[in-house]
Amino acid sequence: MAKIELTRTPFIKNALKSRYPQLAVFIIMLVGYIFAILAGLIGTPVGSHNFSIVFVWIAWWAILILVAVPFFGRGWCAVCPIPLPGEWLQRGAVLSPPDKKPKWLNLRVPKMFRNIWLQNISFLLLALFSSVLLTTPSITGIVLTTMLFAAIGLSTIFERRAFCRYLCPVGGFIGLYSQAAPIELRINDKHVCVTCEGKPCYNGSSAGYGCLWDVFPGGLTKNTYCGLCMECIRTCPHDNIAVNLRPFSADLAKPSTRMDEAFKAFIMLGSAMIYAGVLLGPWGALKDAAYNVGSSAWFVYVFIFLAIIFGILPCIFTLGIVRTKSSIPLKHRFASLSSTLIPLGLMFWVAFSLSFVLTNASYILAALSDPLGLGWNLFGTANTAWQPMLTSILAPAQTLALVGGLIWSARTAQKASNEVKVSSTPVIAYCFVLTSIMLWLLL
Amino acid sequence: MKRPELLTRILITVAIVGAVGAPLYVWSHSPLIHAQMSENGGWSPDILRAEVGKPLHLKLTSDDVMHGFAVGQMNMDAVDVEPGKVTEVTLTFDKPGIYTFFCTRWCGLNHWRMRGTIEVSGSPSEPEPATLPLYVTLNLDIDAPHDARVIPSGQPSAMRGQELATDLPVDLSAEYYRSHSPYQVFRDMPNTALTDSQRWDVVAYLWQSNTTKESLINGQKLYAQNCAACHGENGAGDGVFADDLKAAGDASAQTMTGAQAMKMQTPANFTDPTRMLGASPALLQGKILRGGMGTGMPMWGSIFTEDQIRDLVAYIYSFQFKYPK
Repeated sequence: MAKIELTRTPFIKNALKSRYPQLAVFIIMLVGYIFAILAGLIGTPVGSHNFSIVFVWIAWWAILILVAVPFFGRGWCAVCPIPLPGEWLQRGAVLSPPDKKPKWLNLRVPKMFRNIWLQNISFLLLALFSSVLLTTPSITGIVLTTMLFAAIGLSTIFERRAFCRYLCPVGGFIGLYSQAAPIELRINDKHVCVTCEGKPCYNGSSAGYGCLWDVFPGGLTKNTYCGLCMECIRTCPHDNIAVNLRPFSADLAKPSTRMDEAFKAFIMLGSAMIYAGVLLGPWGALKDAAYNVGSSAWFVYVFIFLAIIFGILPCIFTLGIVRTKSSIPLKHRFASLSSTLIPLGLMFWVAFSLSFVLTNASYILAALSDPLGLGWNLFGTANTAWQPMLTSILAPAQTLALVGGLIWSARTAQKASNEVKVSSTPVIAYCFVLTSIMLWLLL
Repeated sequence: MKRPELLTRILITVAIVGAVGAPLYVWSHSPLIHAQMSENGGWSPDILRAEVGKPLHLKLTSDDVMHGFAVGQMNMDAVDVEPGKVTEVTLTFDKPGIYTFFCTRWCGLNHWRMRGTIEVSGSPSEPEPATLPLYVTLNLDIDAPHDARVIPSGQPSAMRGQELATDLPVDLSAEYYRSHSPYQVFRDMPNTALTDSQRWDVVAYLWQSNTTKESLINGQKLYAQNCAACHGENGAGDGVFADDLKAAGDASAQTMTGAQAMKMQTPANFTDPTRMLGASPALLQGKILRGGMGTGMPMWGSIFTEDQIRDLVAYIYSFQFKYPK
């Protein structure tokens, strides 16, 4: 399938080039985000009836993992409200072009942090506390507040969106999985960029800000670090930036060789499996251990969690590929072949999310009518009884997602294997075993 | 500053102030009474104020599990207080005083501690004379051991006792019944040709003749709602919280030691004839009214009316005696 340039359509082009449609969405999102924080802090402590839990961890998560990431890649980052206050503070403006002289420290992020290891750590931190985070509104409120202020703080110290690029726990995996999405932002003609004076897409101009994600669009080959902020569309004087519709997982044809990204794939894959066991499984002791933060059982849970992600899963994967004959170093092979786990992990998350989103979606209606738990009935749905939805299609949909993910991974494995010139069989076998375990956990 | 920038800043400021201010405003103007398990704080607030004759409108919500709400000494049906939902109740008091509101659902081990007070002010139309409970006027030490020295070999039958009692000078009066334990009645029964078993049947008849079916049904309902969690559905002291109470008793710093300390936290077994046949209705009334003083048995005097306690006592004896269906 050839690429289709969406920005050829005048409506889309104008909507992206103008600052106002995105700004309108930003403001709505920011208001919703602030309301979610307040609902978490002052609303009912009963998670299933609190706006912050229901709209963040059920509604938003469903949209993110079932729609936004698979189909729009970093589409969520394009409208995420978290960096906004910090960014406005950093610029000293909302719409006006930036001053020549920075208002704050405007430092470069140190080289040692210019990777996604911090994002891996921040995701794991949330993951280890997830049982409490997903059920306790006040904790959700605190985490949302912390993220907002972390973004503000980093904006005053570092240039551009340092929080989004290097610390956001969500941004890391969105970037990883956005490689599989059928949307991309790319340049049309490389030569135009080479000869372009001043590189306003990166450095900014009177038409807009330099790339907020610290990416030079002329060198974009994959979605991972492009946050779809659309500034380059506004600043490019040559109209050389395009948003394209493309085949799924186009970026994975040339797999990354970075270890931070490779381990991100293992973290996400392992987390989906552990969540499936803890949150959806029948093991009460496991749930208790995950929930009782600080107890000895929780520390055992943390140890097992980290052992699976950093030990068992990568070690078995390595054992599978270590004997494959290749002149390419093992580390390189490991990182490249781990791209196979991207579609698999994404579909693991889709299958897992289907289960708990459909189980808990009916809470959305109740929370919509009484978001703070004050006894309101704004839309007449406050007394909607909890009822799992679409239960008859859940198991088939999950099976389809998991088996589809396996096939997708197998196809990716073949491409990645060709790149590093090894057999894809061990990796496909590895994916098959993990898919079988996930099927057992979910069905 | 350019006009669009200024307008956008104003718009964003208004949006953020609104997003913060509006929820805070409505939240601060919507007082709720929060219910939590006792371990987490119980009712909040736990002291309410009202005036005689003026409706008191309450909005209740639970922050954890299902709770219930009722006010003692009032003729009201308990309402459920569900997690995350708001239940509204309107109360009107016709007498001043301090009323106790309490949880009516078995919400946790310390469920019975979930209580609060409503201080109702206003002038009473007529001051009511206070009457002392019977156990006080009888000067009973309700904490003293009261075991029956003789117990029946089987469950005494009020039906058999009725046939036997016709020829005996048995005092069936309420005064006699309330102030004597079954064992005392058995012991004091005039010397007859009856066997011990037959004499216990007569005792059972005396207890049955001092209650009604309605009273037993009401007592059973009250027992199921308020007592069975600890004392068990069948009165054997094996309710769902019994083990936890025992564990709590073992763990607590009791001043008593050994078997006595264990007994401190073990719910009474109403099927134990030694214990129950040695207790008079006045003594049981006292235990319910005052509570068990450190045993974990709550004080019900501020919650149950005199009639309700009478019904409960009558029902508790039904674990010992066989009454007609």
